[in-house]
Amino acid sequence: MIDSIAGGNLVSLATLSQRAIVEVLDTAESFVEVNSRAVKKVPALKGKVIASLFFEESTRTRLSFETAAKRLSADVLSLAVASSSVKKGESLRDTINTIDALGIDAVVMRHSSSGAPVQVSRYVPHVRVINAGDGQHQHPTQGLLDAFTVRQVLAARAGTSGRESGSELFAGLKVLIVGDIRHSRVARSDIEVYTRLGAHVTVAAPGTLLPSDIAQWPVTVATNFDEALATADVVGLLRLQKERGSGAFVPSLGEFTSTYGLTARRAKLLRPEAIIMHPGPMNRGVEIDSQVADSSAAVIEQQVRNGVPVRMAVLYLTTAGATLESDPND
Amino acid sequence: MAERERLNTRQRGTVFVPKSQLLSPEEVQRAVRRMAHEILERNEDIANLVIIGLQTGGICFAERLADVIHEVSGVDIETGTLDVAFYRDDVTIRPVLESAETSVDADLADRVVLLVDDVLYTGRTIRAALNALADWGRPQAIQLAVMVDRGHRELPIRADYVGKNLPTSQEEAIDATLDGVWIGTLVKK
Repeated sequence: MIDSIAGGNLVSLATLSQRAIVEVLDTAESFVEVNSRAVKKVPALKGKVIASLFFEESTRTRLSFETAAKRLSADVLSLAVASSSVKKGESLRDTINTIDALGIDAVVMRHSSSGAPVQVSRYVPHVRVINAGDGQHQHPTQGLLDAFTVRQVLAARAGTSGRESGSELFAGLKVLIVGDIRHSRVARSDIEVYTRLGAHVTVAAPGTLLPSDIAQWPVTVATNFDEALATADVVGLLRLQKERGSGAFVPSLGEFTSTYGLTARRAKLLRPEAIIMHPGPMNRGVEIDSQVADSSAAVIEQQVRNGVPVRMAVLYLTTAGATLESDPND
Repeated sequence: MAERERLNTRQRGTVFVPKSQLLSPEEVQRAVRRMAHEILERNEDIANLVIIGLQTGGICFAERLADVIHEVSGVDIETGTLDVAFYRDDVTIRPVLESAETSVDADLADRVVLLVDDVLYTGRTIRAALNALADWGRPQAIQLAVMVDRGHRELPIRADYVGKNLPTSQEEAIDATLDGVWIGTLVKK
């Protein structure tokens, strides 16, 4: 387990200790304050070049990473993969080496293959690598911003600050993650972050949308979805990923919605203080009813807003300083 | 005296080991009172003053100065805290510092800002703080109060109010809180 991402890469949450996670959340609190100022920019990454490589489409992740980099005063090199040499068949290694030759300090990357960021970190060990989602493996910043959002909501209710509360508000918290667990990198990152912070995670999905090795995961599988909903403190919904073939794993979208969708009828089972989350983009009417998504229990917009400060924290910690080993004060 | 955690440094993995006490808690209190009187003397419109403590070591002195000024003048002084981690120029040559809370609620335009820190050393923290303050607008003036000035400046910066001048060697470390000023060394945990 790593105790801090300072000076390192962020590829997966599986290797981060609770301390490393809390450090990211606390640093993000500082950036929430920066984002509330009239001048929303600090010079922490001045002179650094961050490449944004999205081999798979994205709206919010890409925009919030690029906004985060710019608010830290970094220069952003953004590769539009659809109109690049990748389409001519250039390999990942050649693409990375080409960009590295231009001089970059960090690369934020999304790729449809699990493990691509680890591969890139081996090609260019001197460049910080931040995983913005790789295949079905991990989406670390989504997990971090989900935990940050939950802590923000709970801290406000408890009349404390997120920074003061550390991880204590997560102790014994019941988190229910619903839907396409099998194909979801968000579910994998969320489960890592919530369990490390001390929450108890339950998953609910049709058997076909659970991974075959679910028994080894640190989660409980809900046998009765409605009962699990009635006791959950946090309900995290997942998008049914048609591009990864989820459609073939359920008899029909309508049947999925009626058995595992958060319909308006089912939302009535929730405790009044339950928090509803969705990483977006939503399939309204499939995994979540429109009126539930727009209800006051849903913090979906807050999740998007928190994307910028959390990603600023990740970029700052990984990229701003020297690595811990090279401390001149040693 | 046993080893104690140096709370006001955020240098990762280091502990302050005290060698000897240079100022007692009473002497620190007296120095703070004297600084408060100097601040009152120099700032006729004391209500226009905003006191900003630098994270983390400056906070206790900023709060104490505001209290004493209130005691003496009866004026409530606006205070805030500032973390300069994101503004440091040495950020690329050492591991990043852990960030702390910044809270500046006052509008600083046309106000007199009093920055407060525990120890003035190279001057780089203050340079970073001046940079940061520029993002909140244009104060009428910025003044600086420090508990200890230990010399070794690397930038053309000086304090307006000094609790105590303590010439030190660069191998030593200073720990200044309301509980006293100690000299010692920073060692790796």
